[in-house]
Amino acid sequence: MRLDILNRGYSPGTKLLFALIRVFSGQPVPDAAKLVFYRPGFYGSRAKKFTHEAMRGPSAWSVADRELMAAYVSKVNESAFCVGAHTATAGQAYQDGAKVQAVLADLESAPISSGLRATLRMLGKLTREGKVGAGDMREVLSAGVSRQQAEDALAVCAAFNTTDRLADAFGFELLSTEGFEAGAKYLLKRGYR
Amino acid sequence: MSDEDKKRAAHRALVDRVLNGEGRASPELRARAFGNTDVPPALHALIGKVATSPAQVTDADFDAAKAAGFSEDQLFELVICAAVGQAARQYEAGLEALTAAVADEEDG
Repeated sequence: MRLDILNRGYSPGTKLLFALIRVFSGQPVPDAAKLVFYRPGFYGSRAKKFTHEAMRGPSAWSVADRELMAAYVSKVNESAFCVGAHTATAGQAYQDGAKVQAVLADLESAPISSGLRATLRMLGKLTREGKVGAGDMREVLSAGVSRQQAEDALAVCAAFNTTDRLADAFGFELLSTEGFEAGAKYLLKRGYR
Repeated sequence: MSDEDKKRAAHRALVDRVLNGEGRASPELRARAFGNTDVPPALHALIGKVATSPAQVTDADFDAAKAAGFSEDQLFELVICAAVGQAARQYEAGLEALTAAVADEEDG
């Protein structure tokens, strides 16, 4: 990562934890995990709590749908690390990697519900342009999405518009396919806490 | 507290911490990075890119900030503030649009 403190500035206890993760997972510790362990009182603790609430808290959207939103927002942001991480997680959650790839390749022709498609379209515009209007939201609601679901999707979008920026600014190192799949398994088992 | 309030409350706690909690960069500078407004010239490129084109951030953007005397811990905080700030503005814009759309439906 671009700041040395994010590569080396950890306490002995945290370094030991990283070593254990490497041994048990057989994979390097992802930079996304390292970031939230650096001075967690400043960012990591509260970021994890918000992200977990958005991604795993109660919602009419499935975990798979929310991971797909994370992958889609990351694609719009061109955040390679987060695209890799959440493409793998959504694929495992749906048990259908092809569906996730189809959404990222062409949202309009992908085999998903009209409500999810309208929601992803709105999240894409918000991410690209920084704003959306009432008309954009009316299209989401008229596709059968509830107000609560729209709010839940906006929380996912906020979490990943934050994380994507940090991944790219700090320069998260890309993982191998195996590394992303191992991370996905962890996120589906344990969430973001 | 409803489920949605828990999401919003968790987000507000994050925003409040990075802006107002203890830090190595001053609260005033963190607020400027959060808003992407009036940051010192040495931070223009870095903070501006984090807010609007994060995939374009380079080593040189960090080097320029360090050369002006900013420490790594300060840059850690300021980059986080810029990222949280931009995402927070988008979140608010989305929620406002949703409120307006629901009001239109109720009126209609």
